[in-house]
Amino acid sequence: MAGQTLYDKLWSQHLVKERDDGTALIYIDRHLLHEVTSPQAFEGLRLARRKPWRLDANLATPDHNVPTTLKERAAGNAGILDQVSLIQVQTLDDNCEAYGIEEFRINDARQGIVHVVGPEQGATLPGMTVVCGDSHTATHGAFAALAHGIGTSEVEHVLATQCLLAQKMKNLRVRVEGKLGTGITAKDIVLAVIGRIGTAGGTGYAIEFAGSAIRELSMEGRMTICNMAIEAGARVGLVGVDDTTIDYLRERPYAPTAAQWDAAVAAWRDLVSDDDARFDKEVVIDAAEIAPQVTWGTSPEMVAPVFGEVPDPAGIADDSVKGGVIRALEYMGLAPRQKITDIRLDKVFIGSCTNSRIEDLREAAKVAKGNKVAKSIQLAMVVPGSGLVKRQAEAEGLDRIFLEAGFEWREPGCSMCLAMNADKLGAGEHCASTSNRNFEGRQGYGGRTHLVSPAMAAAAAIAGHFVDIRGFSQQPQQPQQPQEA
Amino acid sequence: MQSLTQHQGLVAPLDRANVDTDLIIPKQFLKSIKRTGFGPNLFDVLRYLDEGYPGQDVSQRPLNPDFVLNQSRYQGTSILLTRRNFGCGSSREHAPWALEDFGFRVVIAPSFADIFYNNAFKNGILLVPLDEDTVERLFQEVEASEGYRLDVDLEAQTVTTPSGEVLSFDVDGFRKHCLLNGLDDIGLTLQDEEAIREFEQKHRQAHPWLFRDNQREAS
Ligand code: SF4
Repeated sequence: MAGQTLYDKLWSQHLVKERDDGTALIYIDRHLLHEVTSPQAFEGLRLARRKPWRLDANLATPDHNVPTTLKERAAGNAGILDQVSLIQVQTLDDNCEAYGIEEFRINDARQGIVHVVGPEQGATLPGMTVVCGDSHTATHGAFAALAHGIGTSEVEHVLATQCLLAQKMKNLRVRVEGKLGTGITAKDIVLAVIGRIGTAGGTGYAIEFAGSAIRELSMEGRMTICNMAIEAGARVGLVGVDDTTIDYLRERPYAPTAAQWDAAVAAWRDLVSDDDARFDKEVVIDAAEIAPQVTWGTSPEMVAPVFGEVPDPAGIADDSVKGGVIRALEYMGLAPRQKITDIRLDKVFIGSCTNSRIEDLREAAKVAKGNKVAKSIQLAMVVPGSGLVKRQAEAEGLDRIFLEAGFEWREPGCSMCLAMNADKLGAGEHCASTSNRNFEGRQGYGGRTHLVSPAMAAAAAIAGHFVDIRGFSQQPQQPQQPQEA
Repeated sequence: MQSLTQHQGLVAPLDRANVDTDLIIPKQFLKSIKRTGFGPNLFDVLRYLDEGYPGQDVSQRPLNPDFVLNQSRYQGTSILLTRRNFGCGSSREHAPWALEDFGFRVVIAPSFADIFYNNAFKNGILLVPLDEDTVERLFQEVEASEGYRLDVDLEAQTVTTPSGEVLSFDVDGFRKHCLLNGLDDIGLTLQDEEAIREFEQKHRQAHPWLFRDNQREAS
């Protein structure tokens, strides 16, 4: 028998029943909830007089709507000025209380973006199925968990039945082999992958990220990569278990202890693709060739190396691609062949479930240290992914570094990743953002998003425009670096 | 869920690839805790010339006269014809809710994003994949003749054009069954309650660390 892929193993370990037509019922181990996609699900449950199947599988926290300024946060829910946002957060609190679901509320130190909170608590474990009403649930696949986003009807379905109707995906392996250049991070890897295979390249597939460059990454880096699998069209991103996975989980609050820990670790060791496993498709990328990436357009596949330039639609043969590029350039206010380093920036956002973990903040702080945010930047903000990340960063003094450099240091939440709270771009403003989507209006009506790594975002804040982090980090610290007005 | 067996309707062409869920329904409208009322803000950024916010009286807002759904010839449309990778982006079910609330029952495109595919069917919207060339041809036909309607037959998996041409399409068998019968997924799954309990018990024995409250569940 041919070997199994990691995805095949996870699938068969959770298969409750297969129907003749190929749909299957799969069992769900962990269900994460937040305030945006759950109210209608609880409403449905209530209308049908159903109860949650298994309470301890669920974990909730508000993240999308919460304010990130200290003054508002100090007031708890009452500090949410937008009435509609307040109702959503309040509704989550009420529903969790009514049904007995564990929730980290707005001012709980453990509150944060669901995809930061789950792994941080050890609530995401290898071999689990993890779902959440949010497409970036793919993040949790970094732990060799079968994790993907679901819609609100499915949230209701999982609450009521502990199962999900699913269809088996195909297997795609993306191997990133070799050594990354200095200053190149997980974010650059995943943007380069999307640039290569496109935003629909992974549609219908579970992507397993493998290869020596992936093995070298920390869990934070692997989460960054799996997080954006969805931007490559795949609902699922995966990385096999190794020592890095296991070391990360040891002694997390929800992780098993004592004898169960040993049994779990023994089982987890098998959560890798077999050597002779067959993949439906494979893409190999040379790590050494990956440069710092910057998106210039309105889709994550519209990406270029920082030393590159914006494309010229005149040179594009395919009409529909050409049309997309013209529209994107118009929306982004960029000229054909404009150099990426010439794009002027207005705001900088370091945060989101892609890049708001401690390692991300350390990378950004390294660049920020001793420097000053350029005068031309109206707002540069750092938003930690959770209360615990924030606490850790403060213990390491990162908050001081950011504040001294002129960054704002905020309270945890999704913030300007999707601008559902007060943190937004104004129309026409360009933002260097460590988030995952650069769609039109994503960070505010008319806002222009450029996706980059945390270090690139910090460097851009200091320079006032994009700079190649590799040149930047080679320079000795220059507190008096000339600023461009 | 509304069932759908056959549907005849006016076709509106949205000539754009990769229409993402943010474009279908911008995030400021996701704050609602209801399932209905999203129709007036479907394609909000394209439809209106100003920025929309929840709870606003849309009749007072300036319409974008160039946007297809604002043109008089497409009033009353219920079939959307569009380009590849429709519905990409987030998992928000508000996207199909908005399409449905507006009055769309069928969307035709060369391809659809994965999560959107499931969400649409669950909300009674039929997604019809047709190849790029056929879609291109339909675009030309729709633009050329006002009042262009298509006949969609889910049972037979066909789309019939005004000239009588019959195009067949693929549809997931399970989704088809549910849509034809207006079946609710949860009720269907609970018919397998026994199998789920059995699985759960074995799963718990094999991986006890996945269950935090063995005590509460043991009863
Ligand atoms: S940080 Fe952004 S992408 Fe992540 S869950 Fe929040 S809104 Fe979604």
